[in-house]
Amino acid sequence: MQHRAGLHRTPALLRVRKNGGLYLLMVPAIVIFFCFTYLPMYGVIIAFKDFKPAQGIWGSAWAGLKYFERYFNSYMFGNTIINTLVISLYTILVTFPLPILLALMCNQMYARRFKKFFQVSTYLPHFISTVVMCGMIIMFLSPSSGIIPRLCGFLGMNIGDLMGNAGAFSSIYVWTEVWQHVGWDSIMYIAALSAVDPQLYEAAEVDGASKWQKIAAIDIPMLVPTMITLFILRCGSLLGVGFEKVYLLQNDLNIASSEIISTYLYKMGLKSNQYSYSAAIGLFNNLVNFLILILVNGISKKISDTSLF
Amino acid sequence: MSISVSRRREARPNHIRKSRSDRVFDAVIYTAAALLTLIALYPMYFIVIASISDPNLVARGDVLLYPRGVSLEGYSYLFSMSNLWTGYGNTVLYTLAGTLIMLIVNIPVAFALSRKDLPGRGFFTFYFIFPMFFGGGLIPTFIILNNTFHMLDSFLVMVLPFSVISYYIIVARTFFQTSLPGELWDAAQIDGCSNLRYFFQIVLPLSKAILAVIALWAAVGHWNSYFNAMIYLRSPERYPLQLIMRNILINNEMAATAMTGSAAADLNRKANLIKYGAIVVSSLPIMTMYPFVQKYFNQGVMIGALKG
Repeated sequence: MQHRAGLHRTPALLRVRKNGGLYLLMVPAIVIFFCFTYLPMYGVIIAFKDFKPAQGIWGSAWAGLKYFERYFNSYMFGNTIINTLVISLYTILVTFPLPILLALMCNQMYARRFKKFFQVSTYLPHFISTVVMCGMIIMFLSPSSGIIPRLCGFLGMNIGDLMGNAGAFSSIYVWTEVWQHVGWDSIMYIAALSAVDPQLYEAAEVDGASKWQKIAAIDIPMLVPTMITLFILRCGSLLGVGFEKVYLLQNDLNIASSEIISTYLYKMGLKSNQYSYSAAIGLFNNLVNFLILILVNGISKKISDTSLF
Repeated sequence: MSISVSRRREARPNHIRKSRSDRVFDAVIYTAAALLTLIALYPMYFIVIASISDPNLVARGDVLLYPRGVSLEGYSYLFSMSNLWTGYGNTVLYTLAGTLIMLIVNIPVAFALSRKDLPGRGFFTFYFIFPMFFGGGLIPTFIILNNTFHMLDSFLVMVLPFSVISYYIIVARTFFQTSLPGELWDAAQIDGCSNLRYFFQIVLPLSKAILAVIALWAAVGHWNSYFNAMIYLRSPERYPLQLIMRNILINNEMAATAMTGSAAADLNRKANLIKYGAIVVSSLPIMTMYPFVQKYFNQGVMIGALKG
């Protein structure tokens, strides 16, 4: 018996020893991830403590749910959640379907040179940095010297100071996002379309299908799995509107609709040094995102058999 | 004969009907594409022509299609802004070091995870993918970096802590899984090749495409990022380009050196000129490099699209 058990164990051990080199390859990344990603996950417990830097993460006194309650009861709670959701849903609603349209369109173009040029030019804005992008937005919309109010003036429209208009903030955010990333986001769909078997199109043509019919019956069904995967991922960051762009576009005049969860927690945490409070807001935000991801993934698994995990 | 006639008779009406609607369809597609190309390119073109035009004409809206009152005044101011060039140098350093570290760290992991015979593969995959979906968040990360590792305001903080990127690992792993035949490893093993030697001498030379993709992504990411610098750096002489750009573009801080002797009315004029020029100068490396390397970017996205 003992002998047999020994025999049983050796292959696994042998495999581990034989592949020791593979572990060695992973060591740097494991260490870096542990120190700078997994330790902060442990550090999240300061959300339940009165964190004092001198006492350390473990040494600080427990505070229970005090900081969560403070956030839920503060007037900023509703404000930040609503602003985050408005920007986030608006973004998904607009920036999810447009790359699909663009890819379908691109797939219909046969002039090779023009198609290439079209693709390269629509991808290009993706590489502009967030800072430059926000700088451009602010300059272009400036009521005194911006080119957009000027162009609207030629058309007899007076758009005023859009950057100082809280009601316009989410639209500015979303449509500049479209300008910058719609081309890039379409690459995945273009790749999926290029995998379509040409025989399908030929068969459809023989049956007298028009271009519209080919799009509806071949192209779109081909894209559905890609759509679902990307949609689940997008839902996973429903409360995770990117900090970088919103923070740079914020000003005193539009703050009513531009203060989102991430900008608020940055100000609370690093500007006013309320570490525990800010960590609680962050944890709440991450948990909600995580739960939505699991939920959407589960629903998708049930109804379409496509899921991330 | 008779067969070909009857076929033609059948095909003709069908063919004509299709081609008319298809011609309209094509016209719509190409017009829309031309318009979209224009919308994508014009703002960037405008920045370039505005940066070499007379700022008064730009502010009046007289510069729309081509530069007017051409001068290089803006660029000569830019060259005298020492903090901008310090930032440029810092960014080059952060980008080079950061990209190199990202390659060294992520590629080997991707290779190890691509191997089906790695014991504990499931656990390690989870270890590297989980943080895509959940994390400690800004403040705990800041506290760990500051209080535990004392890395605030250092060169290291810009290139090391955030160098493991789950997405890069997934993409590179998919590449290894799909492009390296299993027989290759079997053959190497028979010849007595170890895992490490296999990786360095056989896999890496065969994987230049994925190395290029990850390197380019990492380089663009480093070049364009300002967030980590804003959170973790304190001394201005360490600031990367994007943080300097933020001060110029968003906070309207102009270097005093560039502005000495300017009248107040002149100030705003020059401020805008500098902004346009700074955008051109800061974006130039990526924009000029992009058309030559874009096929690698596309390749990368497509590899990532294969389900791993």
